[in-house]
Amino acid sequence: MAHIPSPESFDAVVVGAGPAGSAAALALARAGRSVVVVERGPFPGSKNVYGGVVYARVLDDVIPNWWEQVPVQRWVVRRSTMVMTGSQALTVDIRTQAWGQPPYNGMTVYRADFDSWLADQAVEAGASLVTSTVATGLLRDGTGCVTGVRTDRPGGDLTAKLVIACDGVNSFLAKEAGLLPKAEAAHHTLGVKEVLALPADVIEDRFGLAPGEGLDIEMIGCTRGIPGGGFLYTNRDTVNVGVVVSVAGLAGSGIRPEDLIADLKEHPAVAPWLRGATVKEYSAHLIPEGGYDAMPALAADGFLVAGDAAGMTLAAGIWLEGVNFAIGAGLAAGEAASAAIARGDVSAGGLAGYRKSLEAGFVLQDHKRLRGAPHLVLSDRMQRQYTHLICDLAEQVFTVTNPQPKPGIIKLLRRTARRHGIRWRDLVRDGIETARVFR
Amino acid sequence: MGFAGGIWSETGSRRPGCSGESPGVPVKDRPDRWAGPSFEDRMATVEFRVGARAHIVVDSDVCRSCTTKACVTACPANLFAPTSDGGILFNYEQCFECGTCYLVCNSEGAIEWSYPDGGEGVVFRHG
Repeated sequence: MAHIPSPESFDAVVVGAGPAGSAAALALARAGRSVVVVERGPFPGSKNVYGGVVYARVLDDVIPNWWEQVPVQRWVVRRSTMVMTGSQALTVDIRTQAWGQPPYNGMTVYRADFDSWLADQAVEAGASLVTSTVATGLLRDGTGCVTGVRTDRPGGDLTAKLVIACDGVNSFLAKEAGLLPKAEAAHHTLGVKEVLALPADVIEDRFGLAPGEGLDIEMIGCTRGIPGGGFLYTNRDTVNVGVVVSVAGLAGSGIRPEDLIADLKEHPAVAPWLRGATVKEYSAHLIPEGGYDAMPALAADGFLVAGDAAGMTLAAGIWLEGVNFAIGAGLAAGEAASAAIARGDVSAGGLAGYRKSLEAGFVLQDHKRLRGAPHLVLSDRMQRQYTHLICDLAEQVFTVTNPQPKPGIIKLLRRTARRHGIRWRDLVRDGIETARVFR
Repeated sequence: MGFAGGIWSETGSRRPGCSGESPGVPVKDRPDRWAGPSFEDRMATVEFRVGARAHIVVDSDVCRSCTTKACVTACPANLFAPTSDGGILFNYEQCFECGTCYLVCNSEGAIEWSYPDGGEGVVFRHG
């Protein structure tokens, strides 16, 4: 857009036209509030990268039959979890046709398409979208209450009754507001991925899919011992392959991120799927994986924070979700902001309905329930020892050793655990911990 | 003192350490052992709208006391290269804007990182 739209002052400024920001703007606009969304990229989604699946159930009440208009790549009907070592892979694979028909479950998308579509919904509801504009800082009144943002356009101050920061994982606004620490490697992972071009029919043949159906694979044990994992998912005519690794672990390893992708692409379980594929785009993005315990305060006077800016990505091992949490939080932020404006109290106390709303729904209930998961999943035993234990055990169970008789699975487990230096009490303790975390 | 970005493009190279004018030691040449693109070709798949202002600023004086130089290996765009005098040479032009560099930096103030100006920087089409 060429200029900042009038009016000069809005009910709300939303920073960032990702899923959280567009959802917040949508909720505000539908409530009749004037709202402007400031996006630093040339179009929504242009700065965004994700790891594979959007679960859009959260949109059911907001955009009825959203699946009829959403820019989908493939509907995910297969979800696999792969436990890997350098030469082994054990896969748990669920396929269900229920996920391939309305109301669907998960879908693969390109963020440039999906985020633009969601932003369009907000604009159609009456929100203003200003792209190619950076919100460079917060405006405050004499009491410290946030009253708008400074932008990098000449004379580009935007004033409002409140600001909703949906400015992503590096959220400079949440940092300026004192809600987030300036730099915290411990709670972040780095995702790097390649978008690999293959013809649609080749993808369908290799992954056992019908046209329109998609596959999502999450992997553990493929990151040279750096805490993290890998992923592979299908779009219409691309396969996306990447890894997500602890930033601190990566920094300490001296290993380059693209070498981890190269490892994964060369793995004997993965390489045949990718034969002949060419790289269409390489990308990287940080992910806030600290979970519930690393989340900042969600409100200050005249200020709310949602989505990755508030560390709301759920990285709980078997569940890896983010876009749906951002949408859920954005909707709640928009609704709470609108209610606060109606009451004439945009103080942190007046905006407390936001957190209450999140606590009543999946965003904070899932995060709270799974608060121990990020630590558990990224733990050294889970990452290094148990991957080997599981793969070796499965290999031995299915290796026929005739003329020797079968040794029995408990004996095999004991023998394999010993070989990998795994103590029974750790195994039991981690089993209990896993049961507790995922209860 | 920090180097402004873009100095590699003057010599036609995008790879740290490849510039003949660079005072730095060459980055270890990674054998491209996989059936895939070279790092340059990989980066050429990404659209960058390069702005005039460097959104990364590195204070090489601070870097000289750094023992890890984790930014050199952790940056997914390979934008940082150690120099022979212990400093850091960097390029801002092909930045993914991920923020890894300042998170792994162990010295306060060595890497100043902000967003490129509006509309500039990386444009992901398939993110």
